[in-house]
Amino acid sequence: MKIKSNIATSENGFIFNPATGDSFSGNAMAAELLLAMKNGKPEEDIKKDILEKYDVSAEQLERDWDDWIVQLKEANLLEI
Amino acid sequence: MAPDKYSGLCIAVTGLNANDNPGPGMAVIRSLKAGFGDGIKIIGLAYESLEPGIYMHDHVKKTYQLPYPTEGTKALLDRLTYIHQQENLDIIIPNFDSELFNFIKIAPQLQEMGISSFLPSHHQLTLRDKVHLKEFGSKNGFYVPADHKLFTADDVKKAADEFNFPMVIKGKFYEAYVVYTMDQALKSFNQLNASWGGPVIAQQYIKGTEINIAAIGDGKGNNISVVAMRKLYITDKGKAWAGVTIKDPEFIELANNFARVTNWKGGYEMEIMKNEEGNLYILEINPRFPAWIYLTVAAGHNQPVALVKMALGEEVIPYDDYEAGKLFIRYSWDHIADIKDFQQISVFGEF
Repeated sequence: MKIKSNIATSENGFIFNPATGDSFSGNAMAAELLLAMKNGKPEEDIKKDILEKYDVSAEQLERDWDDWIVQLKEANLLEI
Repeated sequence: MAPDKYSGLCIAVTGLNANDNPGPGMAVIRSLKAGFGDGIKIIGLAYESLEPGIYMHDHVKKTYQLPYPTEGTKALLDRLTYIHQQENLDIIIPNFDSELFNFIKIAPQLQEMGISSFLPSHHQLTLRDKVHLKEFGSKNGFYVPADHKLFTADDVKKAADEFNFPMVIKGKFYEAYVVYTMDQALKSFNQLNASWGGPVIAQQYIKGTEINIAAIGDGKGNNISVVAMRKLYITDKGKAWAGVTIKDPEFIELANNFARVTNWKGGYEMEIMKNEEGNLYILEINPRFPAWIYLTVAAGHNQPVALVKMALGEEVIPYDDYEAGKLFIRYSWDHIADIKDFQQISVFGEF
Protein backbone atom coordinates (compact mmCIF):
# COMPACT_ATOMS: atom_id res chain seq x y z
CA MET A 1 0.00 0.00 0.00
CA LYS A 2 1.52 3.31 -1.09
CA ILE A 3 0.48 6.80 -0.12
CA LYS A 4 -0.07 8.97 -3.20
CA SER A 5 3.12 10.80 -3.97
CA ASN A 6 1.49 14.24 -4.10
CA ILE A 7 -0.06 14.00 -0.62
CA ALA A 8 1.40 16.58 1.76
CA THR A 9 1.86 15.50 5.36
CA SER A 10 3.26 17.32 8.35
CA GLU A 11 4.93 16.15 11.53
CA ASN A 12 1.86 17.09 13.56
CA GLY A 13 -0.42 14.78 11.58
CA PHE A 14 -2.05 17.27 9.19
CA ILE A 15 -2.70 15.79 5.75
CA PHE A 16 -3.51 17.76 2.58
CA ASN A 17 -4.49 16.28 -0.75
CA PRO A 18 -3.53 18.95 -3.34
CA ALA A 19 -5.57 17.27 -6.07
CA THR A 20 -8.88 17.43 -4.21
CA GLY A 21 -8.39 20.06 -1.50
CA ASP A 22 -9.31 17.52 1.19
CA SER A 23 -7.51 17.95 4.49
CA PHE A 24 -7.40 15.72 7.57
CA SER A 25 -6.06 15.98 11.07
CA GLY A 26 -4.44 12.82 12.36
CA ASN A 27 -3.02 12.03 15.80
CA ALA A 28 0.65 11.41 16.60
CA MET A 29 0.35 7.74 15.64
CA ALA A 30 -1.14 8.66 12.26
CA ALA A 31 1.68 11.14 11.68
CA GLU A 32 4.26 8.46 12.44
CA LEU A 33 2.63 5.91 10.16
CA LEU A 34 2.19 8.36 7.30
CA LEU A 35 5.80 9.46 7.50
CA ALA A 36 6.98 5.87 7.38
CA MET A 37 4.68 5.02 4.46
CA LYS A 38 5.66 8.16 2.55
CA ASN A 39 9.30 7.25 3.00
CA GLY A 40 8.56 3.92 1.34
CA LYS A 41 9.09 1.77 4.41
CA PRO A 42 7.66 -1.72 3.82
CA GLU A 43 4.45 -2.62 5.66
CA GLU A 44 6.11 -5.47 7.53
CA ASP A 45 8.87 -3.20 8.84
CA ILE A 46 6.36 -0.61 10.03
CA LYS A 47 4.42 -3.26 11.89
CA LYS A 48 7.61 -4.65 13.40
CA ASP A 49 8.56 -1.20 14.67
CA ILE A 50 5.14 -0.75 16.25
CA LEU A 51 5.30 -4.13 17.99
CA GLU A 52 8.70 -3.24 19.41
CA LYS A 53 7.76 0.26 20.46
CA TYR A 54 4.21 -0.15 21.78
CA ASP A 55 2.43 -2.55 24.10
CA VAL A 56 0.18 -4.18 21.50
CA SER A 57 -0.41 -7.77 20.41
CA ALA A 58 0.23 -8.87 16.83
CA GLU A 59 -3.47 -9.76 16.42
CA GLN A 60 -4.64 -6.35 17.63
CA LEU A 61 -2.10 -4.64 15.38
CA GLU A 62 -3.38 -6.55 12.34
CA ARG A 63 -6.96 -5.47 13.06
CA ASP A 64 -5.90 -1.85 13.61
CA TRP A 65 -3.77 -1.89 10.48
CA ASP A 66 -6.72 -3.08 8.40
CA ASP A 67 -8.85 -0.25 9.84
CA TRP A 68 -6.09 2.22 9.06
CA ILE A 69 -5.88 1.11 5.43
CA VAL A 70 -9.67 1.33 5.06
CA GLN A 71 -9.54 4.90 6.37
CA LEU A 72 -6.75 5.81 3.96
CA LYS A 73 -8.71 4.32 1.06
CA GLU A 74 -11.88 6.17 2.03
CA ALA A 75 -9.89 9.38 2.23
CA ASN A 76 -8.56 8.72 -1.27
CA LEU A 77 -4.96 8.91 -0.09
CA LEU A 78 -3.66 5.60 -1.48
CA GLU A 79 -2.29 4.86 -4.92
CA ILE A 80 -4.79 2.70 -6.80
CA MET B 1 10.38 43.84 -18.09
CA ALA B 2 11.16 46.85 -15.90
CA PRO B 3 8.22 47.84 -13.73
CA ASP B 4 8.69 51.49 -14.81
CA LYS B 5 7.32 50.64 -18.24
CA TYR B 6 3.89 50.25 -16.71
CA SER B 7 4.11 53.11 -14.25
CA GLY B 8 1.40 55.65 -14.96
CA LEU B 9 -0.71 53.17 -16.89
CA CYS B 10 -4.36 54.15 -16.48
CA ILE B 11 -6.67 51.15 -16.12
CA ALA B 12 -10.45 51.39 -15.75
CA VAL B 13 -12.14 48.53 -13.91
CA THR B 14 -15.78 47.63 -13.28
CA GLY B 15 -17.19 45.30 -10.61
CA LEU B 16 -16.41 47.38 -7.51
CA ASN B 17 -19.28 45.76 -5.59
CA ALA B 18 -17.15 44.04 -2.96
CA ASN B 19 -20.19 42.81 -1.01
CA ASP B 20 -21.47 39.36 0.03
CA ASN B 21 -21.91 38.48 -3.65
CA PRO B 22 -18.81 40.28 -4.85
CA GLY B 23 -17.89 41.44 -8.30
CA PRO B 24 -14.31 40.72 -9.30
CA GLY B 25 -13.22 44.38 -9.62
CA MET B 26 -11.42 44.88 -6.31
CA ALA B 27 -9.60 41.55 -6.61
CA VAL B 28 -8.54 42.48 -10.17
CA ILE B 29 -7.24 45.84 -8.92
CA ARG B 30 -5.35 44.18 -6.07
CA SER B 31 -3.76 41.79 -8.57
CA LEU B 32 -2.76 44.63 -10.89
CA LYS B 33 -1.15 46.58 -8.05
CA ALA B 34 0.66 43.43 -6.90
CA GLY B 35 2.07 43.01 -10.40
CA PHE B 36 2.69 46.57 -11.57
CA GLY B 37 3.13 48.41 -8.27
CA ASP B 38 1.33 51.47 -6.97
CA GLY B 39 2.46 53.59 -9.95
CA ILE B 40 -0.54 52.56 -12.04
CA LYS B 41 -3.68 54.69 -11.95
CA ILE B 42 -6.93 52.80 -11.30
CA ILE B 43 -10.20 54.36 -12.40
CA GLY B 44 -13.33 52.74 -11.05
CA LEU B 45 -16.47 52.32 -13.14
CA ALA B 46 -19.61 51.76 -11.08
CA TYR B 47 -23.35 51.35 -11.57
CA GLU B 48 -24.53 51.83 -8.00
CA SER B 49 -23.63 54.57 -5.51
CA LEU B 50 -22.89 52.11 -2.73
CA GLU B 51 -20.39 49.87 -4.47
CA PRO B 52 -17.70 49.75 -1.76
CA GLY B 53 -14.76 50.17 -4.15
CA ILE B 54 -15.91 53.72 -4.95
CA TYR B 55 -14.90 54.77 -1.43
CA MET B 56 -11.63 52.83 -1.23
CA HIS B 57 -9.21 55.47 -2.45
CA ASP B 58 -6.17 53.43 -1.51
CA HIS B 59 -7.12 51.19 -4.41
CA VAL B 60 -9.24 53.35 -6.72
CA LYS B 61 -8.14 56.88 -7.57
CA LYS B 62 -11.51 58.04 -8.86
CA THR B 63 -14.77 56.38 -9.83
CA TYR B 64 -17.28 57.31 -12.52
CA GLN B 65 -20.82 56.05 -12.75
CA LEU B 66 -21.77 54.18 -15.92
CA PRO B 67 -25.19 53.88 -17.56
CA TYR B 68 -26.82 50.48 -17.06
CA PRO B 69 -26.28 48.00 -19.90
CA THR B 70 -29.96 48.27 -20.89
CA GLU B 71 -29.32 51.89 -21.95
CA GLY B 72 -27.30 50.57 -24.88
CA THR B 73 -23.92 51.04 -26.46
CA LYS B 74 -24.30 54.70 -27.44
CA ALA B 75 -24.86 55.77 -23.86
CA LEU B 76 -21.90 53.67 -22.76
CA LEU B 77 -19.62 55.01 -25.47
CA ASP B 78 -20.63 58.62 -24.74
CA ARG B 79 -19.92 58.14 -21.06
CA LEU B 80 -16.56 56.45 -21.67
CA THR B 81 -15.59 59.20 -24.11
CA TYR B 82 -16.19 61.75 -21.35
CA ILE B 83 -14.24 59.67 -18.80
CA HIS B 84 -11.39 59.25 -21.29
CA GLN B 85 -11.22 63.03 -21.75
CA GLN B 86 -10.81 63.42 -17.99
CA GLU B 87 -8.46 60.51 -17.28
CA ASN B 88 -6.77 59.42 -20.51
CA LEU B 89 -7.53 55.73 -20.12
CA ASP B 90 -5.14 53.11 -21.48
CA ILE B 91 -7.09 49.93 -20.77
CA ILE B 92 -10.58 48.87 -19.72
CA ILE B 93 -11.31 45.64 -17.85
CA PRO B 94 -15.07 44.94 -17.65
CA ASN B 95 -15.94 42.38 -14.97
CA PHE B 96 -19.69 41.82 -15.24
CA ASP B 97 -21.33 39.22 -17.49
CA SER B 98 -24.25 41.54 -18.18
CA GLU B 99 -22.12 44.43 -19.48
CA LEU B 100 -19.82 42.39 -21.71
CA PHE B 101 -22.00 42.40 -24.81
CA ASN B 102 -21.89 46.21 -24.98
CA PHE B 103 -18.19 46.46 -24.18
CA ILE B 104 -17.34 43.94 -26.90
CA LYS B 105 -19.48 45.90 -29.36
CA ILE B 106 -17.73 49.20 -28.72
CA ALA B 107 -14.23 47.70 -28.34
CA PRO B 108 -13.14 48.86 -31.86
CA GLN B 109 -14.23 52.46 -31.16
CA LEU B 110 -12.47 52.37 -27.81
CA GLN B 111 -9.32 51.09 -29.50
CA GLU B 112 -9.49 54.00 -31.97
CA MET B 113 -9.63 56.32 -28.97
CA GLY B 114 -6.52 54.63 -27.60
CA ILE B 115 -8.24 52.44 -25.02
CA SER B 116 -7.25 48.79 -25.22
CA SER B 117 -9.14 45.77 -23.97
CA PHE B 118 -8.78 42.00 -24.21
CA LEU B 119 -12.24 40.55 -24.63
CA PRO B 120 -13.88 37.50 -26.18
CA SER B 121 -15.92 37.92 -29.36
CA HIS B 122 -19.72 37.97 -29.36
CA HIS B 123 -19.60 34.49 -30.87
CA GLN B 124 -17.41 33.19 -28.03
CA LEU B 125 -19.64 34.91 -25.51
CA THR B 126 -22.71 33.16 -26.94
CA LEU B 127 -21.11 29.69 -27.12
CA ARG B 128 -20.77 29.38 -23.33
CA ASP B 129 -24.00 31.16 -22.52
CA LYS B 130 -26.11 29.19 -20.04
CA VAL B 131 -28.79 28.88 -22.70
CA HIS B 132 -26.36 27.21 -25.13
CA LEU B 133 -24.00 25.41 -22.75
CA LYS B 134 -25.51 21.93 -23.12
CA GLU B 135 -25.42 22.17 -26.90
CA PHE B 136 -21.82 23.41 -26.73
CA GLY B 137 -20.84 20.50 -24.48
CA SER B 138 -22.50 17.86 -26.65
CA LYS B 139 -20.83 19.22 -29.76
CA ASN B 140 -17.36 19.37 -28.26
CA GLY B 141 -17.25 16.35 -25.98
CA PHE B 142 -17.65 18.05 -22.59
CA TYR B 143 -19.85 16.74 -19.79
CA VAL B 144 -22.61 19.31 -19.23
CA PRO B 145 -25.76 18.63 -17.15
CA ALA B 146 -29.01 18.36 -19.11
CA ASP B 147 -31.11 21.52 -19.05
CA HIS B 148 -34.49 23.02 -19.93
CA LYS B 149 -35.22 26.58 -20.94
CA LEU B 150 -38.05 27.90 -18.80
CA PHE B 151 -40.43 30.52 -20.13
CA THR B 152 -43.62 29.59 -18.26
CA ALA B 153 -44.68 27.74 -15.10
CA ASP B 154 -45.65 24.78 -17.31
CA ASP B 155 -42.02 24.54 -18.44
CA VAL B 156 -40.95 24.25 -14.79
CA LYS B 157 -43.28 21.28 -14.35
CA LYS B 158 -41.94 19.60 -17.49
CA ALA B 159 -38.37 20.06 -16.26
CA ALA B 160 -39.26 18.60 -12.85
CA ASP B 161 -40.85 15.58 -14.54
CA GLU B 162 -37.62 14.91 -16.39
CA PHE B 163 -35.00 15.76 -13.74
CA ASN B 164 -36.92 15.01 -10.51
CA PHE B 165 -35.78 16.80 -7.36
CA PRO B 166 -33.40 18.24 -6.48
CA MET B 167 -32.78 20.29 -9.60
CA VAL B 168 -31.09 23.65 -10.14
CA ILE B 169 -32.91 26.80 -11.25
CA LYS B 170 -30.59 29.42 -12.73
CA GLY B 171 -30.96 33.05 -13.72
CA LYS B 172 -29.97 34.13 -17.22
CA PHE B 173 -26.97 36.08 -15.93
CA TYR B 174 -26.62 35.45 -12.20
CA GLU B 175 -27.93 33.43 -9.27
CA ALA B 176 -28.80 29.76 -8.99
CA TYR B 177 -30.88 27.82 -6.50
CA VAL B 178 -31.02 24.12 -5.73
CA VAL B 179 -34.73 23.35 -5.30
CA TYR B 180 -36.32 20.33 -3.66
CA THR B 181 -40.05 20.91 -4.24
CA MET B 182 -42.28 22.28 -6.97
CA ASP B 183 -43.15 25.27 -4.76
CA GLN B 184 -39.48 26.16 -4.42
CA ALA B 185 -38.95 25.65 -8.14
CA LEU B 186 -41.81 27.97 -9.11
CA LYS B 187 -40.75 30.60 -6.57
CA SER B 188 -37.16 30.56 -7.88
CA PHE B 189 -38.37 30.66 -11.48
CA ASN B 190 -40.56 33.72 -10.82
CA GLN B 191 -37.86 35.52 -8.88
CA LEU B 192 -35.09 34.90 -11.42
CA ASN B 193 -37.38 35.74 -14.34
CA ALA B 194 -38.21 39.08 -12.69
CA SER B 195 -34.55 39.83 -11.87
CA TRP B 196 -32.74 38.83 -15.04
CA GLY B 197 -35.38 38.16 -17.69
CA GLY B 198 -35.93 34.99 -19.64
CA PRO B 199 -35.24 32.33 -20.25
CA VAL B 200 -34.61 30.98 -16.80
CA ILE B 201 -32.74 27.68 -16.94
CA ALA B 202 -33.49 24.42 -15.12
CA GLN B 203 -30.42 22.24 -14.87
CA GLN B 204 -30.03 18.60 -13.85
CA TYR B 205 -28.52 18.38 -10.36
CA ILE B 206 -25.11 16.72 -10.30
CA LYS B 207 -23.91 15.42 -6.96
CA GLY B 208 -20.20 15.71 -6.34
CA THR B 209 -17.32 17.99 -5.44
CA GLU B 210 -17.45 21.54 -6.75
CA ILE B 211 -14.28 22.91 -8.30
CA ASN B 212 -13.67 26.30 -9.85
CA ILE B 213 -11.06 27.10 -12.46
CA ALA B 214 -9.76 30.59 -13.25
CA ALA B 215 -8.02 30.87 -16.58
CA ILE B 216 -7.03 33.30 -19.31
CA GLY B 217 -7.03 32.44 -23.00
CA ASP B 218 -4.80 34.12 -25.59
CA GLY B 219 -7.44 34.10 -28.34
CA LYS B 220 -5.40 31.62 -30.38
CA GLY B 221 -6.47 28.39 -28.71
CA ASN B 222 -4.10 28.45 -25.74
CA ASN B 223 -4.35 29.28 -22.09
CA ILE B 224 -1.79 31.59 -20.52
CA SER B 225 -2.72 30.37 -17.06
CA VAL B 226 -5.06 27.86 -15.44
CA VAL B 227 -5.55 27.74 -11.65
CA ALA B 228 -8.06 25.48 -9.88
CA MET B 229 -9.70 26.14 -6.52
CA ARG B 230 -11.97 24.16 -4.24
CA LYS B 231 -14.45 26.08 -2.14
CA LEU B 232 -14.04 25.43 1.58
CA TYR B 233 -16.79 27.71 2.88
CA ILE B 234 -19.85 28.69 0.88
CA THR B 235 -22.33 31.50 1.58
CA ASP B 236 -26.07 31.00 1.29
CA LYS B 237 -25.75 32.41 -2.24
CA GLY B 238 -23.29 29.66 -3.10
CA LYS B 239 -20.35 32.05 -3.22
CA ALA B 240 -16.95 31.02 -1.93
CA TRP B 241 -16.03 32.69 1.36
CA ALA B 242 -12.92 30.54 1.68
CA GLY B 243 -11.14 28.32 -0.79
CA VAL B 244 -7.87 26.53 -1.49
CA THR B 245 -5.88 26.08 -4.67
CA ILE B 246 -5.77 22.49 -5.88
CA LYS B 247 -3.83 20.88 -8.68
CA ASP B 248 -4.72 17.96 -10.90
CA PRO B 249 -3.72 17.53 -14.56
CA GLU B 250 -7.34 16.79 -15.51
CA PHE B 251 -8.40 20.34 -14.55
CA ILE B 252 -5.68 21.84 -16.73
CA GLU B 253 -6.64 19.52 -19.58
CA LEU B 254 -10.30 20.50 -19.33
CA ALA B 255 -9.52 24.22 -19.48
CA ASN B 256 -7.00 23.70 -22.29
CA ASN B 257 -9.63 21.80 -24.30
CA PHE B 258 -12.08 24.67 -23.76
CA ALA B 259 -9.53 27.25 -24.92
CA ARG B 260 -8.64 25.10 -27.93
CA VAL B 261 -12.20 24.60 -29.20
CA THR B 262 -13.28 28.21 -28.59
CA ASN B 263 -10.04 30.19 -29.14
CA TRP B 264 -11.14 32.00 -26.01
CA LYS B 265 -9.75 35.49 -25.60
CA GLY B 266 -9.60 36.94 -22.10
CA GLY B 267 -10.27 35.81 -18.57
CA TYR B 268 -12.87 33.20 -17.71
CA GLU B 269 -14.02 30.94 -14.91
CA MET B 270 -15.22 27.35 -15.23
CA GLU B 271 -17.56 26.03 -12.54
CA ILE B 272 -17.10 22.27 -12.39
CA MET B 273 -18.75 19.42 -10.53
CA LYS B 274 -16.73 16.23 -10.24
CA ASN B 275 -19.19 13.36 -9.75
CA GLU B 276 -18.57 10.04 -8.01
CA GLU B 277 -17.41 8.46 -11.27
CA GLY B 278 -14.79 11.17 -11.60
CA ASN B 279 -16.42 12.90 -14.59
CA LEU B 280 -15.95 16.67 -14.72
CA TYR B 281 -19.31 18.31 -15.44
CA ILE B 282 -19.20 21.93 -16.57
CA LEU B 283 -21.96 23.74 -14.67
CA GLU B 284 -21.15 27.19 -15.97
CA ILE B 285 -18.49 29.17 -17.80
CA ASN B 286 -18.28 32.79 -16.73
CA PRO B 287 -16.79 35.08 -19.39
CA ARG B 288 -14.61 37.10 -17.01
CA PHE B 289 -12.32 36.71 -14.02
CA PRO B 290 -13.91 35.38 -10.80
CA ALA B 291 -14.05 37.38 -7.56
CA TRP B 292 -11.38 35.07 -6.09
CA ILE B 293 -8.87 35.96 -8.84
CA TYR B 294 -6.32 37.30 -6.33
CA LEU B 295 -5.83 33.71 -5.17
CA THR B 296 -4.22 32.98 -8.55
CA VAL B 297 -1.65 35.69 -7.76
CA ALA B 298 -0.97 34.10 -4.38
CA ALA B 299 -0.47 30.76 -6.15
CA GLY B 300 2.06 32.28 -8.55
CA HIS B 301 -0.01 33.28 -11.61
CA ASN B 302 -1.04 36.91 -12.01
CA GLN B 303 -3.81 36.53 -14.57
CA PRO B 304 -4.98 40.19 -14.56
CA VAL B 305 -1.41 41.34 -15.25
CA ALA B 306 -1.19 38.85 -18.13
CA LEU B 307 -4.46 40.26 -19.51
CA VAL B 308 -3.17 43.84 -19.40
CA LYS B 309 0.06 42.88 -21.17
CA MET B 310 -1.87 41.08 -23.92
CA ALA B 311 -4.25 44.03 -24.22
CA LEU B 312 -1.17 46.15 -24.87
CA GLY B 313 -0.17 43.77 -27.66
CA GLU B 314 2.66 42.06 -25.81
CA GLU B 315 3.50 38.39 -26.20
CA VAL B 316 2.99 36.70 -22.86
CA ILE B 317 4.73 33.43 -22.06
CA PRO B 318 2.25 30.96 -20.54
CA TYR B 319 2.66 30.40 -16.83
CA ASP B 320 3.94 27.00 -15.83
CA ASP B 321 3.32 25.45 -12.43
CA TYR B 322 1.39 27.00 -9.54
CA GLU B 323 1.25 26.31 -5.85
CA ALA B 324 -1.48 24.06 -4.48
CA GLY B 325 -2.56 24.66 -0.89
CA LYS B 326 -2.84 28.47 -1.06
CA LEU B 327 -5.87 29.49 0.93
CA PHE B 328 -8.10 32.55 0.84
CA ILE B 329 -10.47 33.56 3.60
CA ARG B 330 -12.74 36.47 2.75
CA TYR B 331 -13.72 38.87 5.52
CA SER B 332 -16.05 41.79 6.17
CA TRP B 333 -14.80 45.26 7.02
CA ASP B 334 -16.78 48.39 7.83
CA HIS B 335 -15.20 51.04 5.65
CA ILE B 336 -15.99 54.56 6.86
CA ALA B 337 -16.90 57.35 4.46
CA ASP B 338 -18.75 60.66 4.73
CA ILE B 339 -22.24 61.41 3.51
CA LYS B 340 -20.62 64.08 1.30
CA ASP B 341 -18.79 61.29 -0.53
CA PHE B 342 -22.07 59.48 -1.13
CA GLN B 343 -23.63 62.75 -2.27
CA GLN B 344 -20.77 63.35 -4.70
CA ILE B 345 -21.15 60.02 -6.51
CA SER B 346 -24.97 60.06 -6.30
CA VAL B 347 -25.47 63.60 -7.64
CA PHE B 348 -22.50 64.09 -9.96
CA GLY B 349 -21.79 60.49 -10.94
CA GLU B 350 -18.11 60.75 -10.13
CA PHE B 351 -16.04 60.65 -6.98
